Amino acid sequence: MDKLLLGRYIQGDSLVHRLDPRAKMILCFYFVLIIFLCNNWQSYLLLGIVTLFSVLLSKISLSYFVKGIMPLIWLILFTVLLQVFFTRGGPTYWQFGPLTLTQFGLVNGFYVFCRFVLIIFMSTLLTVTTTPLAIADATESLMQPLKKLKVPVHEIALMLSIALRFVPTLMDETTKIMNAQRSRGVDFSEGSLISRIKAVIPLLIPLFVSALTRAEDLATAMEARGYRGEEGRSKYRVQVWHLQDTLALVFFFLVTLALIFLRN
Amino acid sequence: MSAIIEIKNLSFAYDEESQQKTLSQIDLTIEQGQWVALIGHNGSGKSTLAKLLDGLLTPTEGTITVAGLPLNEENIWEIRDQIGMVFQNPDNQFVGADVEGDVAFGLENRGVSYEQMHQRVKEALEAVNMQAFAKHEPVRLSGGQKQRVAIAGVLAIRPQIVIFDESTSMLDPEGRAELVALMRRLNKEEGFTVISITHDIDEAALADRIIVLEKGKVIDDDMPENIFTRGNELSKVGLDVPYPERLKHELAKLGIKVPKKYLTEKELVDWLWQFNLKN
Repeated sequence: MDKLLLGRYIQGDSLVHRLDPRAKMILCFYFVLIIFLCNNWQSYLLLGIVTLFSVLLSKISLSYFVKGIMPLIWLILFTVLLQVFFTRGGPTYWQFGPLTLTQFGLVNGFYVFCRFVLIIFMSTLLTVTTTPLAIADATESLMQPLKKLKVPVHEIALMLSIALRFVPTLMDETTKIMNAQRSRGVDFSEGSLISRIKAVIPLLIPLFVSALTRAEDLATAMEARGYRGEEGRSKYRVQVWHLQDTLALVFFFLVTLALIFLRN
Repeated sequence: MSAIIEIKNLSFAYDEESQQKTLSQIDLTIEQGQWVALIGHNGSGKSTLAKLLDGLLTPTEGTITVAGLPLNEENIWEIRDQIGMVFQNPDNQFVGADVEGDVAFGLENRGVSYEQMHQRVKEALEAVNMQAFAKHEPVRLSGGQKQRVAIAGVLAIRPQIVIFDESTSMLDPEGRAELVALMRRLNKEEGFTVISITHDIDEAALADRIIVLEKGKVIDDDMPENIFTRGNELSKVGLDVPYPERLKHELAKLGIKVPKKYLTEKELVDWLWQFNLKN
């Protein structure tokens, strides 16, 4: 899991880093949508160039992204092979039972591969250039319209940011409890499946109890500092929409137009 | 000096059915600008008292008045504006995702405007000397630094009273000394009323006034020098005496005539010099 690049932030100062996180989130989701518009090699080439261009703009080396794909490579290959061997159509090159190798299959397999790689590249680009905190803030601001549907947007955003803030703290604590239990003779890595599941209990229960204590302490501290819900609150971090954000949106709109023109 | 906190006939029990009260019939007046240390054994009701003052708990009996306002449902938020609390566990009271965000939390809750908020966060971080860490996440800070951030969060809302609820107990000696120095500065230079709840007797010795709690009752309330000369009583309720007092005790055991009066570390050193010259 250590190699997984997705969800990790790398500090930097590039145009992509400076883009408004809301713009980046919209564009990332938008990219995932328009990639399904592609249906020939020209359109994939176009999106490939767009992705490459965005990655270069972030000033983070391409090899980083390639490494980021490695943990997922088996999943990608599995899906690609399924496509290759089970799609029929066009001239058949090879056949064995239900497995066929056709032209359509090969082409489809290649497209699926491209789709996977491009989507992973783009979403990695989002998380690598945006802090988790900025993503949480952007989520809150993008969810604002849902307030009309009585969705508790502020509460969800608060939960999200507190959860993000406590992830490393709880990770530390998990390691500590694991070591403490190991030193008392608990073995987490050996034995049958059932005995391993049983070994997790002395880890989970203390973690659960301590999470409750933390929650109570945090609630007290928040109340003592005057927290009384969303009403009458102001915001310390305000996200500002710049010209470059609008330009990025326009750029992706133009790409969409080109894509519609290129597809057949 | 005028009274900033008045407690009259205060009682509190966590379980209303039970006869065992956590606090019973407490009467206290705390003057503006005082540094009060609240000491007592585990379970003597110190933290409960602090939470009652801030309205985090509701008394079963009695009244509390803070800065002229009686503590009740209507005034509770105004009173919380006057009281800043720093708790024991530096991790569990860190609300924000980074230092700045945490300091700003109290200001956000009060709806302070954007410019003013940034100004005050900056000032508060400067006051605790943490401006270089403004963008750091809590995992990258030491315990003492987190407690300094908690204090900055308190300073930003500009209360009159700061309550330290065993804030130094989870720190190393260095972090503790730093925090105590900061408390002292807040009290002496900035004029905050400081209430510090502590197990550390050397920290309590620096206060203007010590209140000793035992089983939910105030058993002693005096200046440190008077309290520590009654050393025996303190050890009876399971509390320690400060280092100079212990040294005096050991010296007395060796048959050396030591002064009865309470001495600070410096005074004891001076007395030892003189004693050495005389003999």
